[in-house]
Amino acid sequence: MSETVIRVESIGKRYRVGERERYVALRDVLANAIKFRRGEKRRPKDFVWAIRDVSFEVRRGEVVGLIGRNGAGKTTLLKLLARITRPTEGNAEIHGRVGSLLEVGTGFHPELTGRENIFLSGAILGMSRAEIYRKFDEIVAFAEVERFIDTPLKHYSSGMQMRLAFAVAAHLEPEILLVDEVLAVGDLAFQKKCLGKMQEVSQSGRTIVFVSHQMNQIRRLCERVMWLDAGEIRQSGAVPEVLAAYETALIAGVHENERQGDTPLVRARFLSWEVLEPNRDEPNLYDSFGNLKIQFVLQVNRRIEFGHHGIGLYSQEGQLVWGTATDNISLGEATYAFVYSLPSLPLRPGCYNWRVSLYDSSVLIDAWECLPSLIVSTRPVTHPRDEWAGILNIPCELSVRQLQPQLKDMESSGRVSSLKAGESNEVRVHID
Amino acid sequence: MSAPDAAALTSDSLTLRIAPPKGWWDLHLGELWQSRELVYFFVWRDIKIRYKQTAIGAAWAVLQPFLAMVVFTLFFGKLAHIPSGGIPYPVFYYSALLPWLYFAASVQAATNTIVENQRVITKVYFSRLALPISSVLSGLVDFVVGFVLFLFMMIYYGIRPGIPLLLFPFFLFLAVLTALGVGLWLSAMNAIYRDVRYVVPFLVQFWLFASPVAYSSSLVPEKWRWLYGLNPMAGVIEGFRWSLSGQGTPPGRMVLVSAVIVLFLVASGLIYFQKMETTVADVV
Repeated sequence: MSETVIRVESIGKRYRVGERERYVALRDVLANAIKFRRGEKRRPKDFVWAIRDVSFEVRRGEVVGLIGRNGAGKTTLLKLLARITRPTEGNAEIHGRVGSLLEVGTGFHPELTGRENIFLSGAILGMSRAEIYRKFDEIVAFAEVERFIDTPLKHYSSGMQMRLAFAVAAHLEPEILLVDEVLAVGDLAFQKKCLGKMQEVSQSGRTIVFVSHQMNQIRRLCERVMWLDAGEIRQSGAVPEVLAAYETALIAGVHENERQGDTPLVRARFLSWEVLEPNRDEPNLYDSFGNLKIQFVLQVNRRIEFGHHGIGLYSQEGQLVWGTATDNISLGEATYAFVYSLPSLPLRPGCYNWRVSLYDSSVLIDAWECLPSLIVSTRPVTHPRDEWAGILNIPCELSVRQLQPQLKDMESSGRVSSLKAGESNEVRVHID
Repeated sequence: MSAPDAAALTSDSLTLRIAPPKGWWDLHLGELWQSRELVYFFVWRDIKIRYKQTAIGAAWAVLQPFLAMVVFTLFFGKLAHIPSGGIPYPVFYYSALLPWLYFAASVQAATNTIVENQRVITKVYFSRLALPISSVLSGLVDFVVGFVLFLFMMIYYGIRPGIPLLLFPFFLFLAVLTALGVGLWLSAMNAIYRDVRYVVPFLVQFWLFASPVAYSSSLVPEKWRWLYGLNPMAGVIEGFRWSLSGQGTPPGRMVLVSAVIVLFLVASGLIYFQKMETTVADVV
């Protein structure tokens, strides 16, 4: 049995509500000082515990997965272990050098070249200068950006930036690596490469604590899983058992504290959603150009007479990508599955969010920002440069045909096959 | 266990303890020493970016003090006849503008550095002190470029400072520490109270008039001069002028007072900054 490298004892982190959104202005502080003197006390409900009374141990060489719904405290826990934020109570002990990877491209600057950014980001992530020099060629090769290494980063496509960022991160060699959900985006081929690299790292005896929403990643990498729910460890143990329990809870919809539809005051509630087709391990993944079938589960506690149901798909930037609505739905007291079938959802890879709503005679009954997000990981076939790629990811073919015979040059009547335009987008050009 | 485990065991002395923040004495200066390479990279980034985004590049570092010197010489010197103690006006003003502009630029850069680097701060841990320290150090590069012009001016005006020049490194060090002390305070305050950054330009402007840049501290009555040293930039600027021109009386007592104030500023700044550091990732 190898020894413990991370020991966490009833750690807790409390945030003030709204602390992250609002900054303090000096004048507010002065104004508050006067208010407090009048005897106003800060109420306890102004605080929320992101994490409370969490204890666990990790042994050397273990790969531990952290799962849980959004807001369960996974990232807070990683930030505590990475010392980015300090705990409010409890304590932890870590033996060994810690590297954290909470974001892709930490410290990247668009004005600097790829080469310069490798050094900068590497240093910020905790590599020494000598270490970066030693691994430089390897990083560049891993990222597949040899040709652009002296080009400013702002001219890179988002895919190239992502690859470079991963390459730097993948070559971090701390004894303990903390990884947040950074592998959720990017194209599948590169994701696989990164997973491979992480497996390599874990086999060399390093310890990894790893957050992911993608269960197949957890299955591939982890030996043990911790399921966080509302800031506490709900279950921890071997991968198959915990994942089974977690997925059951996801499907039953109890993963959402507020998504419990059986309170009699609530007329109707959306409980859960999932992708039915394509049928993958993930209940929220779309990775093809083909058919998409999704299901939303709605529980109705009191009859809906003149129902109006709307659905919208939003990008991560909050842009509405697609929306539609249906009128005159009448529903009795039961649980319903709303199933949408789309011939295709040709969107660029990334995270998207469904928003579903239900009205009865113009009165809002329920509106839900569906969790988890929809992860689109279809192979990108758009322009390699981000600014020319747009928001759709549609495979296309171009054919060029001569309409009027040219007088002089008759040589161009041959066929030119497969002219490559862009990185991943094969376009056939015919000249007849 | 296997070989890699045995190798990893050697670093076992490295144990991190994560616990709620303790008192004000909980400084981590050892950590700062470990992140000295990061300071180097931050300085290097600041300089690269500063010069990549300007049209005239490094010439800016010369042009700024030079133009200020021309204006000061013209208006305060030739028109207002501010006494310079026999030092040619261009030398008189340039030797004061060098440390002043360094101080002003460094303090303003340090004020914004925590907020500007908030993305990095919320995503990875490193000694946050590296940020204001590198702001203050990267200002030195502009200073050196501007100083080259001063060397030419010394030759042109035939200035031979002699022995006082030996003390110049001390005054430069004092200037860096002053910028650091003020920068630590303002960067920490700006991280917590975002309106600090709007106050700083005014602060710098008032501070300019309260410092012997446009005039000589000899205008201040002898018996109050040590009190004038409470403004640490007074000691720094008079020190620069004296050590670079070799003329006038050494500003002994004033510099001493300034040096004490600077040490106090740096020490209190470190404490205040590290107090802010424990919560910074939650508030920026």
